[in-house]
Amino acid sequence: MVEQKLMGLNGDEAVAYATKQVNPDIVAAYPITPQTIIVERFSEYVADREVDTEFVAVESEHSAMSSCVGASAAGARAFTATAANGLALMWEIVYIASSLRLPIVMAVVNRALSGPINIHNDHSDTMGARDSGWIQIYCENAQEVYDASIAAWRIAEHLKVQLPVMVCLDGFTLSHTMENVMTLPDETVQRFVGDRPFIEVEGHMGKGELRLNPEMPLTMGPLDLQDFYYEHKIHQVDAMEQALKYMKDVDEEWTKVSGRSYKYVEPYLMEDAEVALIGMGSMMGTVRHMVDDLRAEGVKAGMVKLRLFRPFPVDAIKKAIGDVPVLGVMEKCISFGAPASPLMEELMTVYYHDKEKPMIANYVVGLGGRDVSPDMIREAYKSLAKIKKTGKVDKLSTYIGVRGD
Amino acid sequence: MSKERTWQELPKGAVSYRSSMEYKTGDWGVDAPKIDHDKCVKCNMCHFYCPEGCIHVEEDGTPVPDLEYCKGCGICAKECPVKAIEMVRK
Repeated sequence: MVEQKLMGLNGDEAVAYATKQVNPDIVAAYPITPQTIIVERFSEYVADREVDTEFVAVESEHSAMSSCVGASAAGARAFTATAANGLALMWEIVYIASSLRLPIVMAVVNRALSGPINIHNDHSDTMGARDSGWIQIYCENAQEVYDASIAAWRIAEHLKVQLPVMVCLDGFTLSHTMENVMTLPDETVQRFVGDRPFIEVEGHMGKGELRLNPEMPLTMGPLDLQDFYYEHKIHQVDAMEQALKYMKDVDEEWTKVSGRSYKYVEPYLMEDAEVALIGMGSMMGTVRHMVDDLRAEGVKAGMVKLRLFRPFPVDAIKKAIGDVPVLGVMEKCISFGAPASPLMEELMTVYYHDKEKPMIANYVVGLGGRDVSPDMIREAYKSLAKIKKTGKVDKLSTYIGVRGD
Repeated sequence: MSKERTWQELPKGAVSYRSSMEYKTGDWGVDAPKIDHDKCVKCNMCHFYCPEGCIHVEEDGTPVPDLEYCKGCGICAKECPVKAIEMVRK
């Protein structure tokens, strides 16, 4: 294994540095808090000629994603980064990118969606984009951000996948917090990502690569009505299933290169756990800490960190959850008017037909950047212990850390 | 629903595998141009104005509308400087 360099990077810088090493053909981005550092750092790399990338300073996120779609369709590696309202502004093109099967990589620095306006972290932005057909990876720390920002290209461009990828990192908690990050040499990253491969498609002029080429014209993004649209949506369903199958190959290859191993779902002390929390992102570090504290107090606590949300890794999740009797779902998101938050609903769905399943309760935390403190996590575990004792879930959703009952 | 390919048979990325040439839009039209060749001065304005590009010009300058693609918009008849084109019911 090659020697790695320890760097002090915050989450945003980890994205920028990894992307510099990937050296994509185009970066089209608009600055928005808390993603700004990514764009700032990367434009410095461009100015200093440390990359060959064409930097497109667009006037909005709608244009950023549009530029990425155009460039990616032409065969380029296209990268962008955004957060919250920026993601909302690029919305229609986000769906177009995935339906055209363009392997764009986008870092989304999770921030609360307005309004009222708030710049701090929760998952309302990317959870809203969960049906957009993008792969979504949620990171716990800056190291994961660095690693995911490189592996994402291979996942997106995998010939069986061909889908855009969102690398999600929590605003400020990760984006602006400096951590130790082990980084690989540029040439190792370059060798790992290689050249962008293309799938073969049949166009009106015959067979050719799925890219715009004047020698072999293709019609991309035509009007697609009652007679074909549905089939093309099933293509996207299939692509997600393929992604679930092949992403682990990329993760394993990355482990060989970096020595760091990643799974879709990462359980912690779940073998004999009686109460457990599942969730995503940086708060899971605090949950792990609380699990240790509770174990020291004699509580059989466990936790499951979900790294991959799209595609939803059903089998891996069930395996990680195992036979824990009570499961709490911790989420930084509310689906207004819904019976519960998104992750909770999906977990309930995958367990519905099972005879053996945990009792499941939803705990909403940390909206608009409100700190997810160890005490709040302890409160969730206490609530789970009560459910275990009484044998019933009184409240499907609990809002932890909000003032008032 | 048409008897088209299954999703497994279709090219990915919603790429169109058929040419628009196969899509005969002529049946959209209610009217079609009828050229009075005695009046026609072969100026070819109809050819240039046709938004579908479906009025071809023969070697001697005679304009010939392709009714397989003509949508019957009537722009040729409107633009003809000698009023040699009449729109008639198909």
